[in-house]
Amino acid sequence: MITKRIIPCLDVKDGRVVKGVNFKGLSDVSSPVELAKFYSDNGADELVFYDITASSDGRKLFTDILRETARNVFIPLTVGGGISSVKDFERVLNCGADKVSVNTGAIANPNLIAEAANLYGDQCVVLSVDIKRVNNNFHVFARGGRDDTGIEAIGWVKKCVDLGAGEVVVNSIDTDGVKRGFDLELLAKICDAVNVPVIASGGAGCIEDFIKLFKTLPKVDAGLAASIFHFGEVKISDLKLKMRGADIPVRLLIN
Amino acid sequence: MIAIIDYGVGNLFSLESSFNAIGYDVKVTSSVEDIVNADKIILPGVGAFGDAARKLRASGLAEPLLNEVKHGKNILGICLGMQLLFDKSFEYGEHEGLGLIPGEIVPIEKVNQDLKIPQIGWNALIFKNQSKLFKYINNLDCVYFVHSYYAKCTDKYITAVTEYGSELTASVEHENIFGCQFHPEKSGAVGLNILRAFCEL
Repeated sequence: MITKRIIPCLDVKDGRVVKGVNFKGLSDVSSPVELAKFYSDNGADELVFYDITASSDGRKLFTDILRETARNVFIPLTVGGGISSVKDFERVLNCGADKVSVNTGAIANPNLIAEAANLYGDQCVVLSVDIKRVNNNFHVFARGGRDDTGIEAIGWVKKCVDLGAGEVVVNSIDTDGVKRGFDLELLAKICDAVNVPVIASGGAGCIEDFIKLFKTLPKVDAGLAASIFHFGEVKISDLKLKMRGADIPVRLLIN
Repeated sequence: MIAIIDYGVGNLFSLESSFNAIGYDVKVTSSVEDIVNADKIILPGVGAFGDAARKLRASGLAEPLLNEVKHGKNILGICLGMQLLFDKSFEYGEHEGLGLIPGEIVPIEKVNQDLKIPQIGWNALIFKNQSKLFKYINNLDCVYFVHSYYAKCTDKYITAVTEYGSELTASVEHENIFGCQFHPEKSGAVGLNILRAFCEL
C-alpha cells in the first residue's frame, strides 16, 4: 500500500536556512545540506527547498547548495520559490531537483504549467497554492500570501491540474502558524476536486494533527510542515511510529 | 567502470551521485567505447516510452548495448529504462522495446475511482522470487515510485511487486538482466543498498 508522506520544508535565503533551527548534534544548523541529511536520516520522505532569495547572487548560492544536497541526500527533492519560466525549471532540475513547485509564477502565466509539463512530465510540476478565506469564499493569494488575487481557489487548483500539474501543495493561510491543526474543510474541497496527490500544509502543531488529517481525509497524500520539525517539537520518527499505531500506512526506516 | 547510458532523456545527476555515494566509479556516457569497456551498464529513463525508445535507437547506442548484454554483461534498467528492456509498450500507441525480457508495458489499472495515476510515492516491495539485488534489503522495505505504466510478464521474471490497486511489477530479473520500476537513487538507504548489490555482481 502506498504510504503517507511526511515532508519538512526548508526556507533558504542566500544559501542558508532561515527561520532558526534548533537541533542538537548538528554542527551547522543553518546549513541546508546538513539539515537535509539530518531529515533524510531520520525518516523524512521528501524535502522541499523554498528559495526566498531576491538577488541573483543569492540564486547562484541556492543552486550551489541544491547541487551539494542532491549529491548527499537520496530522497526526492522539490524546489520552489521564484519559478517563473521553463528556464527556472531547467536551472533547478540540472542541480538535482526532482520536482519544481510553481506558485506566483503560475498565477502570472498559467501556461507555464503546460509548458513545463510538456517538457518534463506532469510528475515534475507541483502546484503550490496559498489560500485564504475572504467573505466565506476561498481566494488564491500571490507573492508569499501577501496579495489577494481574487481568484476562486478550488477552480484555480482544478484548472492547474488540467494544465498538467502532477501534485498540489495546499497551504492554508488561515491555519498557517496557528498550530491548531490542518485546514480540513479546505483540504476536503480540494481532494474532491482533483485526482492527483494533495499535500497538506499549514497548521500542524503536534503529532495528533497529522493523525487527524490522514484519518479524516484519506485522500490526502502527504503532510508538510516547517517549524515544528525544525524546532524539534515533532520528531519525524515519533510521528511515523504513532501514525503506524493508528493504522496509517507509513514508511519506517526499520521495518 | 559502470556506464550510465546518456541518450538524452532526463537528468542523470542524482543517479551518478548515488553511485559515487556508495563508492563506485561511474561514467555518464553516450560513447560506444565506454559501453564496450564498462563492467556494467545502467539504462535510465524518464518520460514517454515511444520518445525514449526512438532516442535510444537514434543515439546509435541500442545495438552495442544489446550486443554487450547478449554476451553476458550485467544491465540494470531503472524506471522507464526498465520498461525499455521489454518487448513493447502500449503507452500512447504501440512501441517496440529492446526485447531483452519477454513481456509488455501496460497502463496501471484504475480499479477504483480514487486510485491516483501516476502512482507517486513510497510503496513496499513484496518479494516474489529471489533476487541478487535484494542481498541487503528486506521484504516490505519501501522504495520511491513515479509511474503510470508497469510491466506485464510471466511470474518467473518478477522478483518483487508492489500493491497499488492491483499488484504491479516492481522489479525483474532474467539472467544478467535486471530492472527496477522504482527509483533506487531516490529511495534512501534501501535504494543505495539495491545499487550496491548490483555493483557487487
